Amino acid sequence: MTAQLQIENFSLVFRTRQGMVRALEDVSLWITGSEIVGVVGESGSGKSVLAYAIMGLQDAAAQVTGGRITFGGMDMLGASEEALVDVRGREIAMIFQSPRTALNPIRRVGRQIEDILSQHANVPASKLRSQAIAALERVHIPDPERRYKAYPFELSGGMCQRVMIAMALACSPSLLIADEPTTGLDVTTQAVIMDLIREMSRSSRMATLLITHDLALAGEYCDRIAVMHAGHLVEIAPVAELLHHPAHPYTRQLLAATPTPHSSIEDLVSIPGQLPDLRGDLPACRFSGRCERHAPICDERPLPWATLSPTHHVRCRSPL
Amino acid sequence: MSFVWKRLLGTVPSLAGVIVVTFLLSHALPGDPAAYFAGPAANAVSIAEVRAKLGLDQSLPLQFLHYLGDLARGDLGHSLTTGQPVVTDLLQRLPASMELTFFALVFAVAIAIPMGVWAATRPDSLVDHVCRATVSVAAAFPTFFVGLLLVYVFYFLLDLAPEPVGRLNEILYTVPPHVTGMYTLDSLIAGDWPVLAASLAQLVLPAISLGLFALAPIARITRAAMLQSLGSDFTRTARASGLKRGKILFTYAFRNALLPVSNVLGMVFSFLLGANVLIEQVYGWQGIGAYAVNAVLASDYAAVQGFVLMMAVLYVLLNLLVDLAGTLIDPRVRFEA
Repeated sequence: MTAQLQIENFSLVFRTRQGMVRALEDVSLWITGSEIVGVVGESGSGKSVLAYAIMGLQDAAAQVTGGRITFGGMDMLGASEEALVDVRGREIAMIFQSPRTALNPIRRVGRQIEDILSQHANVPASKLRSQAIAALERVHIPDPERRYKAYPFELSGGMCQRVMIAMALACSPSLLIADEPTTGLDVTTQAVIMDLIREMSRSSRMATLLITHDLALAGEYCDRIAVMHAGHLVEIAPVAELLHHPAHPYTRQLLAATPTPHSSIEDLVSIPGQLPDLRGDLPACRFSGRCERHAPICDERPLPWATLSPTHHVRCRSPL
Repeated sequence: MSFVWKRLLGTVPSLAGVIVVTFLLSHALPGDPAAYFAGPAANAVSIAEVRAKLGLDQSLPLQFLHYLGDLARGDLGHSLTTGQPVVTDLLQRLPASMELTFFALVFAVAIAIPMGVWAATRPDSLVDHVCRATVSVAAAFPTFFVGLLLVYVFYFLLDLAPEPVGRLNEILYTVPPHVTGMYTLDSLIAGDWPVLAASLAQLVLPAISLGLFALAPIARITRAAMLQSLGSDFTRTARASGLKRGKILFTYAFRNALLPVSNVLGMVFSFLLGANVLIEQVYGWQGIGAYAVNAVLASDYAAVQGFVLMMAVLYVLLNLLVDLAGTLIDPRVRFEA
């Protein structure tokens, strides 16, 4: 059975000298099979915090204050560090933005893949090299035997991201978390990398959580999209539904702020206001300060979910 | 390989600068060498004779040419105090200082690097503060005080250490046949185990006294470099890949931290080599530090000049060595050159 990631009512705070930062509140999300789910939101909305929390790699100042994360039946929040180390890289893999710095600068890329193989896959030493080269070949790296010996600084950014993907997929994980994988790459390379991620996801029946600020990119590659704002998940729907019938005012504004091939730059509308300060008291709906549809009832707690269809949920009292 | 040649070529300007400065130094020092050499009973005529004999009556550029010629022949002049050629004196004493400095550095590295790594894995914890306090206190005490204290406790009170009579107690042991001039190495080559043990025993206290001084810079740089590489993106990748803690700490973080650490080791080594005068005095160590101090006190210009020149050359060579070590640690250094 394919492992399934289930996040239920997950809340997390950061304890800082300036007070408690409520980075994630009541976030629920599940992902299964080989679907690609996009988590979209502006910087500071908590997308990456969520990704690291799934891996159990959150900052030392972070504290989980509620909810559950289960992966293939395993309780990720209650698991021992040893159990988590075993799952990381083997069952859940992660790729990052700026692939050049994400690789060890003074270790040959082939050796970095071997490190993962020997850690998780029980590959005998004599087979390590050939398997590492095979991993590079799988992500369509030309001349993999020569690239095996390359240092990251000898490769282009796109090539480094391919190496990262080869590392992530070396042990055939059932979930890939891609944290802004195309940020810092040029546009053509972005498309190539995203095509590769989609191809790998389909061919190896691996679920993918794509974390991005780019709604257009998510719209092109994802099956479902979850929109986050200020630590709240505000809307989740299949991609066509979300793009054509957004129900949350924030989603609509995000769409209006996203360039398309048919719109000119003058058509783009920026979202008024800023993310609220996540320290101190926050309104029930964290978008209320920026929302033109804000009404007194919006301030009543708890903020309910509205179900528009079995797969389309929105957290708003007056959805569009 | 071309990298090595480039770096070797790069040392030429530094060495040229050193030669010019040591030459000018002998002219900038107060006093008239001719009068000094001529002795207290000299008159103006004999001083002029000595001056002509020393070549000091010639123009500065001409004197510089003579100086270069002497250097090319390996002639640094004669020491007034020992009466021997300065080169002979320095070569006799340098191995003693090198040996002491080397062991001091080994001691410092063996303590400071694990401390720095340990502190970096738990920043701002009790361990971190204890490490910082320990190395600061070690560096804060004057070297001669620490030297005397160690002699008092470990030789006089506990009788664990041998008598501080220099490099080897020559009443009990014979100096090993000269190969490198370092007693530990020479006795090892000769296969003379009792002498090896005895010379190591003589080294322990002075090496610790000197090494305590180097703990702070090494521990601090190690901690800072480790903090940086532990907080870097590639360490995050290694953690997300589920690599074992030890693998992340050493193969990933520590190897990346080695470059700044090796740079500081080079600096600390050359610093210790020149700064161990007091330790040499306390332990009766026949090293170059003591030689240089005596030369300065006696206005022994040729010896001072030779000492400064040798230290500068050593410093340049040491930097070359550190750079070469850097290319082994980090492939990018090789590439950039």
